[in-house]
Amino acid sequence: MSSIPGIVAVNTFREAVRDRVLYNLIFFALLMIAAAVLVGGISIGIERDVIVNLGLTAISLFGIIMAIFIGVGLVYKEIEKRTLYSLLAKPVQRWQFLVGKFGGLLLTLVVNTLLMTVGLAIALFYVAHKFESSDATILIAIYFVLLELALITALALFFSCFSSPMLSTLYTLGIYVAGVFAPDIRDIGLFTDNPAIKTVAKCIYYVLPNFHNFNIIAAAAHKEAIPHALIWQNTAYAILYSTVALLAASAVFSGRDLK
Amino acid sequence: MGTPAIEIEGLTKDYAVGFWRKKMRRSLDHLSLQVNQGEAFGFLGPNGAGKTTTLKLLMGLIFPTSGSARIQGRSIADIGMHRQIGYMPEQPYFYDYLTARELLDYFARVFGFNRAEREARIQKFLDRVGLTASSDVQLRKFSKGMLQRVGIAQAILHDPQVVFLDEPMSGLDPIGRREVRDIILELKNQGKTIFFSTHILSDAEMLCDRVSVLVGGRLQGVGAPRDIVSMDVQGMEILFEAGAAMSLPAEITGKATHTGDRYRIEVPEADLYVALEKLKNSQARILSVAPLRPSLEDYFLKLVARQKAAAPAPETVSTGVAS
Amino acid sequence: MSNVNHTRILRLALVAIPILFVLLAFLQRDIDAAAGPLQNQNPELMIQSGKMLKKMSLGYDSLLADIYWTRTVQYFGFRVGKPGETFPLLAPLLDITTTLDPQLIIAYRFGTIFLSEPDPAGAGRADLAVDLVKKGIAANPDYWRLYQDLGFLYSIRLKDYPKAAEAYLEGSKNPKAQIFMKVLAAAVALKGDDLETSRAIWGEVYNSTQDELIRRRAVQHLQAIQANLDLKRLNEVSEAYAQKFGHFPATIQDLQRAGFVRGAPKDPEGYPYVIGPAGVPQLDPQSPVVLDPDKKQAVKP
Repeated sequence: MSSIPGIVAVNTFREAVRDRVLYNLIFFALLMIAAAVLVGGISIGIERDVIVNLGLTAISLFGIIMAIFIGVGLVYKEIEKRTLYSLLAKPVQRWQFLVGKFGGLLLTLVVNTLLMTVGLAIALFYVAHKFESSDATILIAIYFVLLELALITALALFFSCFSSPMLSTLYTLGIYVAGVFAPDIRDIGLFTDNPAIKTVAKCIYYVLPNFHNFNIIAAAAHKEAIPHALIWQNTAYAILYSTVALLAASAVFSGRDLK
Repeated sequence: MGTPAIEIEGLTKDYAVGFWRKKMRRSLDHLSLQVNQGEAFGFLGPNGAGKTTTLKLLMGLIFPTSGSARIQGRSIADIGMHRQIGYMPEQPYFYDYLTARELLDYFARVFGFNRAEREARIQKFLDRVGLTASSDVQLRKFSKGMLQRVGIAQAILHDPQVVFLDEPMSGLDPIGRREVRDIILELKNQGKTIFFSTHILSDAEMLCDRVSVLVGGRLQGVGAPRDIVSMDVQGMEILFEAGAAMSLPAEITGKATHTGDRYRIEVPEADLYVALEKLKNSQARILSVAPLRPSLEDYFLKLVARQKAAAPAPETVSTGVAS
Repeated sequence: MSNVNHTRILRLALVAIPILFVLLAFLQRDIDAAAGPLQNQNPELMIQSGKMLKKMSLGYDSLLADIYWTRTVQYFGFRVGKPGETFPLLAPLLDITTTLDPQLIIAYRFGTIFLSEPDPAGAGRADLAVDLVKKGIAANPDYWRLYQDLGFLYSIRLKDYPKAAEAYLEGSKNPKAQIFMKVLAAAVALKGDDLETSRAIWGEVYNSTQDELIRRRAVQHLQAIQANLDLKRLNEVSEAYAQKFGHFPATIQDLQRAGFVRGAPKDPEGYPYVIGPAGVPQLDPQSPVVLDPDKKQAVKP
């Protein structure tokens, strides 16, 4: 592990693991999955659907909460607490530090998601008593959730470079919600004949991070097949957009005076 | 002499202040300074003089408004140069969820030491700063003094050529201060260049080859401690003991200060023997006679007073100073 | 500016970020194409209950209603004209929209037309449309046009003329209602399946809205009725000709020369009528007018 981003990432992961807040979140997520089993038992015939729906929603929701709440403090905390001083006085480029923080939180999120997936698998097995090949859609859905989380983390990290955790949370949440409803924003252009508004709506659509791309929870519940192309496309999308966020973060952070 | 260890040229830092960020406050005003290899350099000044600002500029934590600096001949913008320097920040704060050992390991990895090398160095420097017993305690449980020691350890564990210390003695008890002094002397003996800022003048007087004094963002003087203060004897100091029953001449008691039976009086050199004669006649017990030389402290205080009286604080630099 | 590292990264960012956004735009286009069918499976209908959605929307129900309205139009527009399409989700979507915002009148009126149009122009469920409109009337009792819609549904779609008359009458009681409500109430009661009555009803539908989709559909129906009326009259003329001359006319010019028609009669799109085999008047084959818009055929909306 001779790369500096890797070193910073491991340390960030260690910090997350030693932070007790994380365990509460995981506990609640697993609780939700358990509740899904109960609820599923009441609605006969669609237990599997309910578990998949609720379970995936829980994994997604708690992942997003974690990504935002830890992400917005990633850089801010280090500046406030001045732990950054001694690190940057060493042969460490600022962008290496940022990429390391990103990687560390991502690693944390991956581990947590994996834990919750195991919980979901147990719940599913308990209800359906077997796994089918169509359950692969669930795994793809979870993978898409991870892509989503990576993008959210990158955005939260970007804001963390220059604004307080509270504001960063608002910005990140705002962009997330906008990204989920992006197609509707684009469709505003449908109701008008004004070409200017149509163009603006389209531009907004292409600039916003389109989080709606990643949501296939309903498809997973209905056991639909996902086109393979979509998997590569979403992966590429998440990588490209995260790169944008990290580049922007590096540009901002490398010029910033630390207090 | 070779390349100077540290060269600072016209280093200036302005901050935008005020609600609209329109006014500029100049916290460092065209500092120019050179420190030679192997020197122990004391960077003195009262609080708020700009010492920490200077160090942060040199470390690349903040960026200069104008001017430049080189360390070991390399620009401060060259991050690779950081391999050769160590830095201990003022009031060090570290990741409190790590232990001392883990923290040093983290930093050691950054330098690229392999595992064996890391373990050896960590052990060596934990011992050196006296933290062996607490090496596996989480930093959040450390006292200020202990954190200070960790601060020194992480600054030198990679054997840097130039060491920067920001107020290394602050918050330490006398034992701690002595230990830090010893470490600094040891580093000096190893031929390292040491640049440390402090407002404790006695330490500077004892440790430093040269000192500089910074007041209100401006350099007031650079030189060896003894060069800064004049060698002129300014008078003589007499310490004596006199019981309450003894009658002392009025002109003596008038000018003397005393605690209990112990008295202290300053007299011009020319009047020394007259005063001693008078005391002998009163049968006071002479304890000591010593020449008065202005200390670094006097020089320092005089400078600060002069600065405050003469120039206004370097506040009103015109807006629009280019970055 | 002595912060060279910053300048370097800033320049890199300023160059790379726009390029990345361009790449992202192309990628998004591909994703939309690939995920299109997936998207229109409507993950938003995971929650089928409008009431539940209303509770979850935390007070932002009218915004959510607008979003669902947008999606309803999208849903319809994406699928209309596809053979065999029955728009299974149209009714639920409209129900959700109107539960979230009961005052969203346009939703009721849209549902009136397109829920009841037989497939593939609509869902072919006039009964669901009636439910929807009744819901609208309950929430907006003063909006008399909804009675007009109810009357339209009963008369044109369900052929239940007594109920249609009742609806028009009820609506006409509103002092703001236009006089045609009373007129239609009477007309429907008397001769409900009359073409003239239908034309009056469709004419009022056209007048009552600004919505492009609804108007276009109304125009199609009006043109059909006009054409049907024209052809009926031409048929009578053709019969009269046959009576006089002992054989049916071969062309419109025959009728002209015989003095039975003046000029060349044209259909609502401007194409002249022609005489087909067996002397039956018909539309010009090139004419876009559709005689029976309710027939199951590919429809251009």
